[in-house]
Amino acid sequence: MGSQGGFYQSKEFLDLVKSIGEARSKAEEDRIVLSEIETLKRRISEPDIPKRKMKEYIIRLVYVEMLGHDASFGYIHAVKMTHDDSLLVKRTGYLAVTLFLNEDHDLIILIVNTIQKDLKSDNYLVVCAALNVVCKLINEETIPAMLPQVVELLVHPKEAVRKKAIMALHRFYHKSPSSVSHLVSNFRKRLCDNDPGVMGATLCPLFDLITKDVNSYKDLVISFVSILKQVAERRLPKAYDYHQMPAPFIQIKLLKILALLGSGDKQASEDMYTVVGDIFRKCDSSSNIGNAVLYECICCVSSIYPNPKLLESAADVISRFLKSDSHNLKYMGIDALSRLIKISPEIAEQHQLAVIDCLEDPDDTLKRKTFELLYKMTKSTNVEVIVDRMIDYMIRINDNHYKTEIASRCVELAEQFAPSNQWFIQTMNKVFEHAGDLVNIKVAHNLMRLIAEGFGEDDDTADSQLRSSAVESYLRILGEPKLPSVFLRVICWVLGEYGTADGKFSASYITGKLCDVAEAYSNDETVKAYAVTALMKIYAFEIASGKKVDMLPECQTLMEELLASHSTDLQQRAYELQVVIGLDAHAVDCIMPSDASCEDIEVDKGLSFLDGYIQESIEKGAQPYIPESERSGILNISNFRNQDHNEASSHSLRFEAYELPKPTMQSRIPPASLASTELVPVPEPMYPRESYQTPVPSVSLDAGSSELKLRLDGVQKKWGRPTYSPATSTSNSTLQKTVNGITQVDGASTSNSRTRETYDSRKPQIEISPEKQKLAASLFGGSSKTEKRPAAVHKISKASSHVMEKSHVPKYSMEVASEKTASVQQPPDLLDLGEPTVTSTSPLVDPFKQLEGLLDTTQVASAVNHGSIAAIESPDMMTLYADTPAAIRNSDLLSGLSNPSIINMPGDTTTTQPMQSSKGPNLKDSLERDALVRQMGVTPSSQNPNLFKDLLG
Amino acid sequence: MIKAVMVMNTQGKPRLAKFYEYLPVEKQQELIRRVFAVLCGRAENVSNFIEAESIFGPDSRLVYKHFATLYFVFVFDSSENELAVLDLIQVFVETLDKCFKNVCELDIVFNYSKEMTLLENIFWIHTILDEIIFGGQVLETSSAEVMKAVEEISKLEAASNAITLIPKSASGWRSR
Repeated sequence: MGSQGGFYQSKEFLDLVKSIGEARSKAEEDRIVLSEIETLKRRISEPDIPKRKMKEYIIRLVYVEMLGHDASFGYIHAVKMTHDDSLLVKRTGYLAVTLFLNEDHDLIILIVNTIQKDLKSDNYLVVCAALNVVCKLINEETIPAMLPQVVELLVHPKEAVRKKAIMALHRFYHKSPSSVSHLVSNFRKRLCDNDPGVMGATLCPLFDLITKDVNSYKDLVISFVSILKQVAERRLPKAYDYHQMPAPFIQIKLLKILALLGSGDKQASEDMYTVVGDIFRKCDSSSNIGNAVLYECICCVSSIYPNPKLLESAADVISRFLKSDSHNLKYMGIDALSRLIKISPEIAEQHQLAVIDCLEDPDDTLKRKTFELLYKMTKSTNVEVIVDRMIDYMIRINDNHYKTEIASRCVELAEQFAPSNQWFIQTMNKVFEHAGDLVNIKVAHNLMRLIAEGFGEDDDTADSQLRSSAVESYLRILGEPKLPSVFLRVICWVLGEYGTADGKFSASYITGKLCDVAEAYSNDETVKAYAVTALMKIYAFEIASGKKVDMLPECQTLMEELLASHSTDLQQRAYELQVVIGLDAHAVDCIMPSDASCEDIEVDKGLSFLDGYIQESIEKGAQPYIPESERSGILNISNFRNQDHNEASSHSLRFEAYELPKPTMQSRIPPASLASTELVPVPEPMYPRESYQTPVPSVSLDAGSSELKLRLDGVQKKWGRPTYSPATSTSNSTLQKTVNGITQVDGASTSNSRTRETYDSRKPQIEISPEKQKLAASLFGGSSKTEKRPAAVHKISKASSHVMEKSHVPKYSMEVASEKTASVQQPPDLLDLGEPTVTSTSPLVDPFKQLEGLLDTTQVASAVNHGSIAAIESPDMMTLYADTPAAIRNSDLLSGLSNPSIINMPGDTTTTQPMQSSKGPNLKDSLERDALVRQMGVTPSSQNPNLFKDLLG
Repeated sequence: MIKAVMVMNTQGKPRLAKFYEYLPVEKQQELIRRVFAVLCGRAENVSNFIEAESIFGPDSRLVYKHFATLYFVFVFDSSENELAVLDLIQVFVETLDKCFKNVCELDIVFNYSKEMTLLENIFWIHTILDEIIFGGQVLETSSAEVMKAVEEISKLEAASNAITLIPKSASGWRSR
């Protein structure tokens, strides 16, 4: 240890640093630093320390804190140093306070004055030092004290000062946008600064401002473009070159800004095409920084209004990145690819083998990025491969954060694209088994719901098969030790509900298993509660079916234990079980009907069953109930409300405490339940009436679809992407416009690349190992033509199953069919939105014939799925590219229609359908369709935001 | 915006830590430890990027570069470009290189001559970094410009303290 106290202080500290540097362990380092702290505490408060020595002490404090120890005892000395006149002492003090203090520290108040003074200093180095502190230590309250000086510095003769003043102002904007909102024009002015460095610095705040509010800066597009042009043409001084690139950092910032400004703005984008194209051409792709600029160009191109030529350049750069040996470039290539596939999905196919290489790369970062890409390009044809890969990876990693993320992605994809029930259940089992408690409980609820409601199959046998296979798989999994709590809940629920349903397993076997669960996980009260309720269901079903119930001895022991449980919840469940067992078959059937988990429980909000009692009481002389609004004191308000609705609704706030709880999702989804409870006396007057006049469903045809759509808003999806964004019919039309734009261009580029991608172009890749090819085929196979067809069916089924809780089956195929007819009958210019093939084939199709065909084969969803499964299983890559699924569909589904190009239609039009039918120029047809669908007991929900998402990528 | 700059050696000891949003010392140490845990698990010949959201929260990326016994780590958000930040590290290291001849751990910690102490070294490293990154934004990317700015300050130092920025020799310490 180096505190021998030699006369040469630096020597002392050098020894300290050396000992720290050579410390063998953290413990040794800690010992050294702690003793250093003791030394400093003693020395630093000595009187009359020479400045030079004090400076050294402060730097030693910096070292102490860097190594993780508390140096707060010396903060005040650092603050004192900032007041010094010598710039170097002052700088040391400033450095220390920026490292030690935060903007809300008490000591800041002691520096504010000094900073103010220093900002006015003649020495620009002092000013710069002060600006540095301003950035770090000024908070919302102290901003006004600094603001005038900082603004003055924006025109300081030294460019270094101007640059830093801009940054300081930017920092103020970060901390409190309102404090500098009147000063944003200064940023615009500084954009024209003579010094390129100052201009470059200005791009930072402008980027943030534009991110927040694009529209106010559209006028700058031309300026940014011309600056970028000048930079790219090397008009800046040589000093700004970096690795032979002209000011690459400025180019990158400008491209980022252009990407924001050009997004969804055709005109602005057109102004940018030339310069971005120039950069693509000129950029040196051999240097790291050159590639950074190229990558930024791709980001820009994928963000602005698409231009086929630029997209081609972008695709070229991506393929160069992916072919590179550098992992960094591969990473950027994968990232760029995932940006570009939104606009031209077919581009991924050219790089399938490169993508698979990245997936198998030992580099975790690259692997994760690739999973992100796969996640974005998942469709029903490749979901199995992708999700299986994801799960494999999920099992192997320990990083909980990423495990959670990838698990939720698996669930999302499985829910969205699952080709079969079996597969779905197996996938969910794997996810639960390995990521268990990291998975959101909602996922578990979704799974239970799925098993209860079925997958949209036609007949009940499929549903019961699904349940049986779930029960079997769960009984098998129960043998494994240490299952996650969430998964156990699902298992208990399913066993209770369906364990004995198919008669394969006896009640005593299932109850035995449930008791085992309760015993094995006796610390988990929630699981125990699920197990007890499951036991109750099993026994109830037994009693209801007239069988005699013998409680297993272990079950009796469990009950005894639970009856005395500390948890009131468990106790109650145990008591309920006891009571249920004692009842007769009829009573049990009433309280625990079999397979009724999907039935709506009708809540009699009016409490009409009490009417008799009330009548009786009133006859006996009791006071009748006076509705709240009519009670004295509030009386006038109800009158008032009639005069002015708005007033009333603002007043109504006061009474919310007395309102019924907001209608729960359950009661909101099926409008029937709302309608059936005609008596909602308390809350109704409080709402503005109009918005709650929901028409009775299945009656009014004209109001029908839009009304029902509205009611879907905010309803949580039970089966599908968690992001269910409500879309109203008004937003629909705007959405549609963007869709139009993008898909039109999309169509063009699709045809471009299709011509390119002949089979010959793949020949050079033939030496690649067969497994890899197989994987490539299953990931990319089927290509864009079959894209998301079954998915669309699933989604529709999802949407509609919201509306009617438990009416599956025929509606799905019905709906698909009817939607198809609708879309086919659209005028051709609307159909143009989709793939070009659609237009050309549409006249050939008799929509009604097609409809018939679909109605006959009621299992559209499953049949389509079989097609895609076949595609995945087929090892031959070439056949996959030959659109196997379509061919299969041709023979299986629409046997009446032999033209294969027609077959592409259903899927494609289904995806593009919602906006068309919602606009519905053919009113009569859509009304008929509605009526037909309603007859089938389905509410049409042609509006599925997910479909837009698919279209947009 | 740049969120943090860290330099640590291959044993995980911090050699420089600068966080552009305030964090308590303990939190800083934890982050450094976690970053190091990830870094030392990385093979040679892999990318310089790490998925950092589990450590630094949403919208964070991490780029690192390994020089001799030191890791240089920059943490930033989506408003920066990974490849460009990699070059920013390069600018920083190049500048350090020019100032201290040869950047490896010995040089950052032990590089001093009889005239110049390590204290000034830490001070100068922070000064250099402040010229490159200012308030979390990239201020200057030209190593020459940074050098010029730092030299302006060092002239003052030299005048008042007779200390030169560029040490005459570090060999004395190296040979130990």
